[in-house]
Amino acid sequence: MGNVATIFRREFAGYFATPVAFIFIIIFLALAGSFTFYLGYFIERGNADLQTFFLFHPWLYLLLIPAVSMRLWAEERKQGTIELFLTLPISLTEAVVGKFLAAWTFVGLALALTFPMWITVNVLGEPDNGVIAAGYIGSLMMAGAYIAIGSCLSAFTKNQVIAFVITITVCFLFTAGGSSAVVGLVQGWAPEAVVKAVQSLSFMTHFQNISKGVIDLRDAIYFIALIIAWLAANVLVVDLKKAD
Amino acid sequence: MDTMIATEGLTKEFGAKRVVDSVNLTVQRGEVLGFLGPNGAGKSTTMKMITGYLRPTAGRSTICGFDVLDNPIEAKRHLGYLPEGAPLYPDMSPRGFLLFIAAIRGLRGAEKAKRVAQAIDMTQLAEVLAQPIDTLSKGFKRRVGLAQALLHDPDVLILDEPTDGLDPNQKHEVRKLIHEISPTKAIIISTHILEEVEAVCTRALVISQGRVIADDTPAGLIARSPRHGAVTLTVATAQAETVKNALSSIAGVGAVEQGKASGNGVLLTAFAKDGADVATAIAERAAADHWAISNLHTERGNLDAVFRTLTNPTARKAA
Repeated sequence: MGNVATIFRREFAGYFATPVAFIFIIIFLALAGSFTFYLGYFIERGNADLQTFFLFHPWLYLLLIPAVSMRLWAEERKQGTIELFLTLPISLTEAVVGKFLAAWTFVGLALALTFPMWITVNVLGEPDNGVIAAGYIGSLMMAGAYIAIGSCLSAFTKNQVIAFVITITVCFLFTAGGSSAVVGLVQGWAPEAVVKAVQSLSFMTHFQNISKGVIDLRDAIYFIALIIAWLAANVLVVDLKKAD
Repeated sequence: MDTMIATEGLTKEFGAKRVVDSVNLTVQRGEVLGFLGPNGAGKSTTMKMITGYLRPTAGRSTICGFDVLDNPIEAKRHLGYLPEGAPLYPDMSPRGFLLFIAAIRGLRGAEKAKRVAQAIDMTQLAEVLAQPIDTLSKGFKRRVGLAQALLHDPDVLILDEPTDGLDPNQKHEVRKLIHEISPTKAIIISTHILEEVEAVCTRALVISQGRVIADDTPAGLIARSPRHGAVTLTVATAQAETVKNALSSIAGVGAVEQGKASGNGVLLTAFAKDGADVATAIAERAAADHWAISNLHTERGNLDAVFRTLTNPTARKAA
């Protein structure tokens, strides 16, 4: 575990070595705010909750998380540092987990910085803070799933742009799986079970449950399982792609 | 003796192409083994397999008795590795980078500070410690890579072109450093600078097209040069023909080659047959016959010629 902490510290500090971290956080906060107020009619709705705030998180993550995750392994491969890194006395799992946790913490930090939303809604009314806490937990878990996907896919290539585009595509499938467009596409002809399966794969379905304050064990397990599966794949991909 | 590095039938294929072909080698404590070979001969790939970074298609490799695939963490603990091109994290400073490596190496507290300070001192990095690695010159980057490999005082050092990009003074420093630390370690370095092999290596492996084609001491390799043991003398132009004939008649002398005429005479080289020592006989004859010679010396031969003969297939056929 000591190694995971050491890798985590190096990676996390790496985000702040360049202005990228600050740009990311500012854009994240600006988009989160404007989605809530302009697209979500936060004020006009007149409800003391953060439903409209959380509603746009999947789309926000879809856009921004690939930009965070693309460098995780693609950069190591591009710089050749992967050879140095993986000949240190660490296991591949420690390497993958350390990097993942750094990216997750970084996104978590950006998410935490949306706390003025929470203050605002508490000033304007009397929201159910339990529901809001559930929303934050759900959002963080969903962010973890996006990052795990991005980390795994960034190990396929030396090129960060390719990693970014592929990650957006795969994340889009996971996000939009539950949208009415995709569900409508299968609903007409496919059996009920298939429709359910498509829906149950989607981040939206699980996240919306949690963000409404319903913390169902199945939703939590869904995100945790997804993270573990993608990180396990990440370990394999790093190992297999070392040669080229 | 202590065998620190051992490989058995190490082979790597990329697709149908066999890049490394059953390399067997052992390196003992105190040895500095030089990997010599043309670009693309498989030197780096072999090193990558010895360190456990690349999985060989066949064969195995051990570091201090630990198989690099079955017991990678233990093997890597004993290993200091400078990969090809000395890759480093460009956004970090040398200090931050070395502290990271030290932490991963399990060093803590005062021990960590001491080892990092030692590595900085050995590689003379003090003046650039806080600068981003990205902004450093090639020479400094290489030295940061070396510092990283030496940090934990490993038993085994594998250095892929450690002096590439360094100026002559820095090269000298790095060779001196390798020489100083070599008694307690097993070291493999790869290089295409032949003088480096003579300067630091106790043994040299010539690799061509993935195969080991020579495994010898640097002196032994030089002895393979056709010019090794040949005697070159400069004689007055008037005597050139006489001396040339006389040289040919001396026992042990093979061909005699006439070089360019220069201001003080003609250059003649008498090649020794089968490594015979001809210098004494030639010197005696010169004295007895009163040759007007201004210079007489025994050729050492040169590694360049041996290297070219060994690694160039057409030259090898001709030889």
